[in-house]
Amino acid sequence: MILEGRELTVRYPGAGRPAVDGVSLGVAAGELVALVGPNGSGKSTLVRALLGAIRPERGEATVAGRPVATLARAELARQVGVVVQREEPAFVLRVAEFVELGRYPHLGALTPPGADDRRAVQEALQRTDAWDLRDRPIDTLSGGEWQRVRLARALAQRPRLLVLDEPTAALDVRHAMELLELVRGLTAEGLGTLMITHELNLAARYAERMVLLDQGRVAAQGRPTEVLTQPVLTRVFGWPVAVTTWCDGSPQVVPLKPGEVGTGN
Amino acid sequence: MSRRWGLLVLLTALAAAAGLFLGAEPLPAGAVWRGLVDPAAPGALIVRDLRLPRVLLGFVIGGSLAVSGASLQALLRNPLADPYLLGLSGGAGLGAVGAIALRLPVAWAVPAAAFAGALAALGLVYALGRSASGRLDPRVLLLAGVVTSSFAAAVMSALMVLSDAAELRNAFLWLLGGLGRAAWGPLGLFLLWAPLPLAVLFLSSRSLDLLALGEETAGYLGAEVERVKRRVVLSAALLTAAAVAVCGMIGFVGLVVPHLVRRLLGPLHARLLPVSFVLGGALLVGADALARVVARPVELPVGVVTALVGVPVFAFLLRREAGR
Repeated sequence: MILEGRELTVRYPGAGRPAVDGVSLGVAAGELVALVGPNGSGKSTLVRALLGAIRPERGEATVAGRPVATLARAELARQVGVVVQREEPAFVLRVAEFVELGRYPHLGALTPPGADDRRAVQEALQRTDAWDLRDRPIDTLSGGEWQRVRLARALAQRPRLLVLDEPTAALDVRHAMELLELVRGLTAEGLGTLMITHELNLAARYAERMVLLDQGRVAAQGRPTEVLTQPVLTRVFGWPVAVTTWCDGSPQVVPLKPGEVGTGN
Repeated sequence: MSRRWGLLVLLTALAAAAGLFLGAEPLPAGAVWRGLVDPAAPGALIVRDLRLPRVLLGFVIGGSLAVSGASLQALLRNPLADPYLLGLSGGAGLGAVGAIALRLPVAWAVPAAAFAGALAALGLVYALGRSASGRLDPRVLLLAGVVTSSFAAAVMSALMVLSDAAELRNAFLWLLGGLGRAAWGPLGLFLLWAPLPLAVLFLSSRSLDLLALGEETAGYLGAEVERVKRRVVLSAALLTAAAVAVCGMIGFVGLVVPHLVRRLLGPLHARLLPVSFVLGGALLVGADALARVVARPVELPVGVVTALVGVPVFAFLLRREAGR
C-alpha cells in the first residue's frame, strides 16, 4: 500500500458526531480507487486526514509505510501529488512556470531547477497533452486545459500516488473522458490513484475499487459491482435509483423520477 | 535577463546621481564631485553628511518597503496589500504623534515611539489574527490590521486636535514621511536591523510562490504553511516597522513596485523580490531627489512625489491590462 488509513476518526471542533468515523482505506500501486458518497459524507475530510492535513482523533494514516504525521510536507509531496477541487492562484503564471511548482518539493530554498527538473516538467506536460500550452498564461486556459495543466503539475512532482478531488466536476463529456483515460493510463503504468468523485457511472467503469461513504462511515467497498447496488445507493443517497449493467459489465446508476419503478438488476 | 539587470543598474545609477547632484542647496556638479572625493572641499559637508546617507537610506528603505509589500501581497493573496497593512501605519503614527504631543525632549524619542507603536500594533494584530488552534488566518489578519489602524488613527486624531499649532505641524510633517532626517546614524541602525528580515523573506521565495496558489495546495506542494505564514508576516512587519521609525510612512512604493515588477517579469518570487528591492530603492531615491527640487526651497514630502509619479503609471498599466 502506498497510502493507507486505519480506523481513522476525525471530529471537527465543536461538532457532535465525527465527520469521519472509523474508516480504513488503502491504495496500492497501479490501482485506481474511487471515493464516492453524498455531499457532506466526509470524503474530503477523509482525504485530508489521509494526507496529514488534519489530525485524526483516532487511527493512523501512513504513506509508503511511514506515519503521515511524521513526514515533512516536502517529503509527502515527493510521494503524493494532489489536485484539489478548486484552486485560484493569486497571480497569473505561465503554464510551464506553474507546472514547475511541482518540482519545488525536490528543490532547496535557493537551488535553481536543474536538467532533471526541466525534464520532469517537459514529460508531465507532454504526458497530459499540454506541451503546446506551455507559454500560455494560466488565466487564458479552458476548464479542460486547466485540469490537464494541474494534473501535469502533480505529475511533475514524480509522485507514487495521485489524489484527485472531483477532477471531472467542471468538464464536458469529451474532456471528462479524456481526463479519465489519461488517469487510467497513468495508473496502468504503476501510479496509485485515489479519486473523489460524484460521477458514479464513470467511476464504475474506470475504478478497480470503490469506497462508498455515508455520514462518515464506509457503507460499502469493493469492486464497483459490489458497491453500486440498488438498495444501498437508494438508502445512502436518499433517492430511489435503478442499477443496470453496461456491456462492459460495469454497473450504471439511473436515478428514478417520482413514480418510476426501476427495472434494473 | 542580463539586459533587464543592466537596465535596473542604469536606473539605480541615475537615481543615485540625481540624489547626489540635486538638492535644496544648488551645488554645481563639479563641487559635488569634489565634495565626494575630498573631505576638505567646500561642498563636502553637504554631499558627505546629507546627500550620501540620504541616497543610501532612500535606497534601502524603498527596497525594503517593496520587498515587504510583495511578500505580503502573496501571503495574503491580496494585490492591494501594502507594507503598512498590519496595523503598522496606525501604531507608528500614534506612537510618533504621542511623543510629539508629550514634547519628549530627545531627538530620537519620536522614531523610538513610532517603532514601539508599530510593534505594539503588530502584536495586537498578530494576536487577533491567530485562531484558537494557533493558525494565522490571512482574512482575519487583514481585518485586524484595519481595525487596529483605525482605532490608533482615532486616538491620534484626538491627540492632534488637542495639541497646539506648532506641534500639529510637526506631527503632520512626520506622518507624511520623508528622508529629510537621513544621517549616517539612522542609516547604520537600519542596516543593522534590515538584513535578517530581508534574508528570511528572500529565503521564503519558493514558499511564497506556493502560498499564492492557496494554502491547501501550498501544503500539498511541500510548504510548511503555518511556519511560512508566521515567518513572512513577522519579517515583513519588522522590516516595515524599522522603515517607519526611520522615515515615517512613505506610501505607494510597497504597493506598486511589486505590481510593476510582476508585470515585467512574472510573479515568481525568486526574481520578484530582488528586482523589487532594486526598483523600489531606485524609485524612492529618484522621487526624493525630485521632491527636493521641484518646489525649491520648499521640500515636498517624498510620498507626495511617489504618488504623483506612480499613480499615473499604475493607472496606465491597469488600463493596458484591462484592454487585453
